[in-house]
Amino acid sequence: MARVLSFLTATRGRNGKLHWTDWVSYSYLLLGVFLMFFPVVWLVLSSFKTEADLQRYPPTFLPYQQQTIVVDGINDPLPLFEITAGEHEGRTLAQLRRVGLVAQMIDPANPDERLRVDIADRQPVQEVRLALENYSGLFERFNFLKFFFNSTFITVMATIIMLLVNAMAAFALSKYQFRGRTAVLLLVIGTLMIPQTVVLVPLFLIVTEMGMLNSLWGVIIPGAATPTGVFLLRQYMITIPDEILDAARMDKASEWKIFWRIIIPLSAPAIAVLAILAIMWRWNDFLWPLIVLTESQNFTLQLALNSFQGELQTEWSSLLAMTVLTLLPIALVFMFLQKYIATGIASTGGK
Amino acid sequence: MRRSLAFTTAFAALCAAGTALVPTSAAAQEVRFMCYSDGNECEVYDEVLDRFEADNPGITVAIDVVPYQAILENLPVQLAAGEGPDIAKVTDLGGLNEYYLDLEPFVDAGYWEESFGGTLDWYRGGPDRQGIYGMHSQLTVTGAFVNATLFEQAGVDLPGAGASWDDWANAARAVSDATGAPFPMAIDRSGHRVAGPAISYGAALFDDNGDAILVDDGFTAFVQQFVDWHEDGTIARDVWAGQGGATYQDAAQEFINGDLVFYYSGSWQVGRMDEQVGDFFDWQVIGSPCGPAGACSGMPGGAGIVGFAETEHPDAVAAVIDFLAQEDIYAEVSARTRNIPGHLGVAGAGVEFQDASDGAKAALNAFAGSLPDIHPAAFAYQGYAGNRAMFGITVERVSQAIVGELSVEEAMERARADLEAAMAESN
Amino acid sequence: MATTNEVGAPRVPTSPSIEAATVNAKGDSIALRLIAPIMRLVEIPFLALQRLLGVNRLAWVFLLPNLILFGLFAFLPIILNVFYAMTGGDNVLLEDRPFVGGSNFNTLSSCSDFLDPNSCVKDKFWRAVWNTSWFVTLQVGFMVGFSLLTAIILNRDIRARGFFRSVFFFPVLLSPVVVALIWKWILQREGVLNAFLDWTTIGGYNWLIDAQWAFTWTVFLSVWAHMGFYTLILLAGLQAIPRDVYEAALMDRASAWRTFTKITLPLLAPTMLVVLVLALIKGVQTFDEVYAFTGGGPGTATTFIIQYIYEEGFAGAPRLFGLAAAASLMVAGVLVLLTLIQLWINRRNVDG
Repeated sequence: MARVLSFLTATRGRNGKLHWTDWVSYSYLLLGVFLMFFPVVWLVLSSFKTEADLQRYPPTFLPYQQQTIVVDGINDPLPLFEITAGEHEGRTLAQLRRVGLVAQMIDPANPDERLRVDIADRQPVQEVRLALENYSGLFERFNFLKFFFNSTFITVMATIIMLLVNAMAAFALSKYQFRGRTAVLLLVIGTLMIPQTVVLVPLFLIVTEMGMLNSLWGVIIPGAATPTGVFLLRQYMITIPDEILDAARMDKASEWKIFWRIIIPLSAPAIAVLAILAIMWRWNDFLWPLIVLTESQNFTLQLALNSFQGELQTEWSSLLAMTVLTLLPIALVFMFLQKYIATGIASTGGK
Repeated sequence: MRRSLAFTTAFAALCAAGTALVPTSAAAQEVRFMCYSDGNECEVYDEVLDRFEADNPGITVAIDVVPYQAILENLPVQLAAGEGPDIAKVTDLGGLNEYYLDLEPFVDAGYWEESFGGTLDWYRGGPDRQGIYGMHSQLTVTGAFVNATLFEQAGVDLPGAGASWDDWANAARAVSDATGAPFPMAIDRSGHRVAGPAISYGAALFDDNGDAILVDDGFTAFVQQFVDWHEDGTIARDVWAGQGGATYQDAAQEFINGDLVFYYSGSWQVGRMDEQVGDFFDWQVIGSPCGPAGACSGMPGGAGIVGFAETEHPDAVAAVIDFLAQEDIYAEVSARTRNIPGHLGVAGAGVEFQDASDGAKAALNAFAGSLPDIHPAAFAYQGYAGNRAMFGITVERVSQAIVGELSVEEAMERARADLEAAMAESN
Repeated sequence: MATTNEVGAPRVPTSPSIEAATVNAKGDSIALRLIAPIMRLVEIPFLALQRLLGVNRLAWVFLLPNLILFGLFAFLPIILNVFYAMTGGDNVLLEDRPFVGGSNFNTLSSCSDFLDPNSCVKDKFWRAVWNTSWFVTLQVGFMVGFSLLTAIILNRDIRARGFFRSVFFFPVLLSPVVVALIWKWILQREGVLNAFLDWTTIGGYNWLIDAQWAFTWTVFLSVWAHMGFYTLILLAGLQAIPRDVYEAALMDRASAWRTFTKITLPLLAPTMLVVLVLALIKGVQTFDEVYAFTGGGPGTATTFIIQYIYEEGFAGAPRLFGLAAAASLMVAGVLVLLTLIQLWINRRNVDG
């Protein structure tokens, strides 16, 4: 028992040799890596498969497509099959057409002779090939750059506004003693209790009244009012010692200067986490932009990519490609800000 | 003579000035068209309307292609707030009636009545309402697809015309047993899809006064049968039991993979089957099987294009819709989008569907041919303004009976109460 | 390298001054330098206001932008929601809606037996309530458990610590719809998990049409997607515990278990409170990912309360905004109550 827990509480490994608790730790972490990454890797690989390949069971790891061959005298390329039984066993034939249970096939080397093969006796010849048409098909449908710009604009503006406004509020709530502070704090936490999904209609009416309907600002501004940001930043700023502020005040620094020259730099790790979260929230937003933005030229990437979702059909191949496309910028942000997650950000909250 | 010459010159000059004035004064006439696609509809409208814009220099049509979810969930809220588009392609035909622009003063009503006949009723929102509110742009009919190759492999004959749901269930089971195809039957998860079979089992849906009742003995009989088929494995559980709420779910993927023998869906799937099944197996459309009540009904449906009364340019809106309703344009759009026409003139002349294989053409014709079998109750249901609520109730309660949360009796009791509550709340 | 930062709370400079404080965060100051001129410009009105109002009342000026945004886009919708809750019908605009008083609340809470949803007028509401209760109990339990375990392991002196930390945070960045899509794609009847199980001869299973399994997977999916966030917060809490406390324990030859229960856990308590409060609130509000994952099915097995509200008030027909608003207020009420209980328990523990 004690040994199990010594592994749980140890904060420093033994130099050189790995203790068995280290083995357990690494196994757990490797399992974690598999669980966290494999689903996403699988998604990306699947997005390069053709609709037919996606339906294959059991699925293959890499994307495959059936090989085709161009035969003299026939315009379209013909699919290649390997014959597994019957009189033509072992040959590789191209299929001309299939009628009922019988396929009409020809030998590419000898295109004049028509062969009849039972459809149960043939096996498609596969090769690894990326179905890039899943992606190019998406690009053909719309003006990618325009929607990318809209999404980026919304994300960047909303993140900046949210960070600034939330940081100011968190500063006031953590570093000043004033009447009504608890009330404001309670109101902030209170809004945590009702998610945006639930107040879509009143929110829509307010945004309409303010004339922000069908404008990018209609997505940006309401999104900046999030209690989570204030909550997280305040928890962090409380840990900044008051002595620093007092010293600055002795030096006759203005309150604003204290805010942006001391509080902001010292809260940088927490602000970085919030930035990552804000970027992700705004980039991934779907329901709210869908109701606020009605004209195509204002659509975000998420809306545009979903705009071919009809009433009655879903195609996995385009759906997966679409998902990977929207994931890409998030993955890039993740890579750039990863060091914050690894080190600085880890100081958020607490105390 | 001189005078008349002067007069004509002056008149001509006036006319010229007049025509010169029209484009400038009307240049601001931008009409926004909120469109969704099941295939290539919005692209085709865009191209066709380019020609309209060329003919009517004063009007520009901006098409906003949105996800279907926006049409279903957001459009009504936007309309209520007075912020809707000018034109939209909608499926809740009667339910949105209060916002529609009456096209009658702007168009040739005689032509419209003659061309669209009964489907005009679907947009009126009530049986005794007048006016022309929408153009039914694509007619759909529910019906069954069967995998003929699996039947052939199993050595089972396809049940002939007039075969009942039971016959098909037995045949599909036999085929599935013989070939190892995992699912004998599947029906889309949608209240609209099961309405046809329910009517064939004797559901009246409306009482003698024309008020919605949904549940009666016939309806219950079908639900009981439907639940039994789920229990004995005749129907794929994935479709109805794999989702919650009133979410739509189809089984086209299973059919395309050759895992499904009999698939009850509708005419809109033809294009997809044609493209994706390809040479993999032979499939066929057999319309709607018959029920014990004698009917062999499917459900009509589809989408239509409507204008909204809020618009600043009602005449432009009417002109756009009227343009799309003209026989040659309508025929072209039907052919290019591979939809069954709701325009009687176009339907009568027949549509030469573009890029469709012989199989697809046969399938579309089979669907069109099953139109006469549709029971009057099905037409009434499609035209009923509150049908979306009824579809939703059907899906939710029947699903609960299928997964065993409620017995069939309890589910039907709940469905009845749900409908009453819905009727009381909606005005 | 960046280890000074890892200790957690910012280092207090021995001789506190503006310079020392800013130098401490040197790595992050590039962006700040870019906006410095703007900030200097903003300082002028702030300085004026500071002279006018005094330091403490200046707090309200800092709060103002946030209060305006909150007032308009967070409080006002909630207040409107209260009015919606007291009106009926399916009209969107408040002025068109008939006043019905508390009847929406009555309809929702009329049950002959609250434990049996079938006895309620709004059976789906109560099914959603009970589903949500079970879900939150399990989800918060597993989430906090695994987050704590992961945070403790990540706090050890392990190789590639930075990499591992970001790995666990990665799913937090995915949108709920993507999370749902990924797992739906893996768990479907002909998905990769079943292929693997078939290969191991355990045999696949049609996971998402079985009520219990679908529920289990929603808990799993939700923990998978959000664990990283809470791990991060807990890790911060662990790092904020000064090392000398542990060294003292080591001197006293305290057992590992004692160190854990007597030092780590109590010192982590404030962080745990943040985690518990947030996890509980977010757990009750679970919607997007499960809606896209199972749609609430099979039947109503994974229909949670926010989905019920969304369907009743927005996606369904007719749209019963009043009923939906009433339900949302009831949920908010319960959440406030639960949060207060948590705070109270925490205070009692701290005092005792």
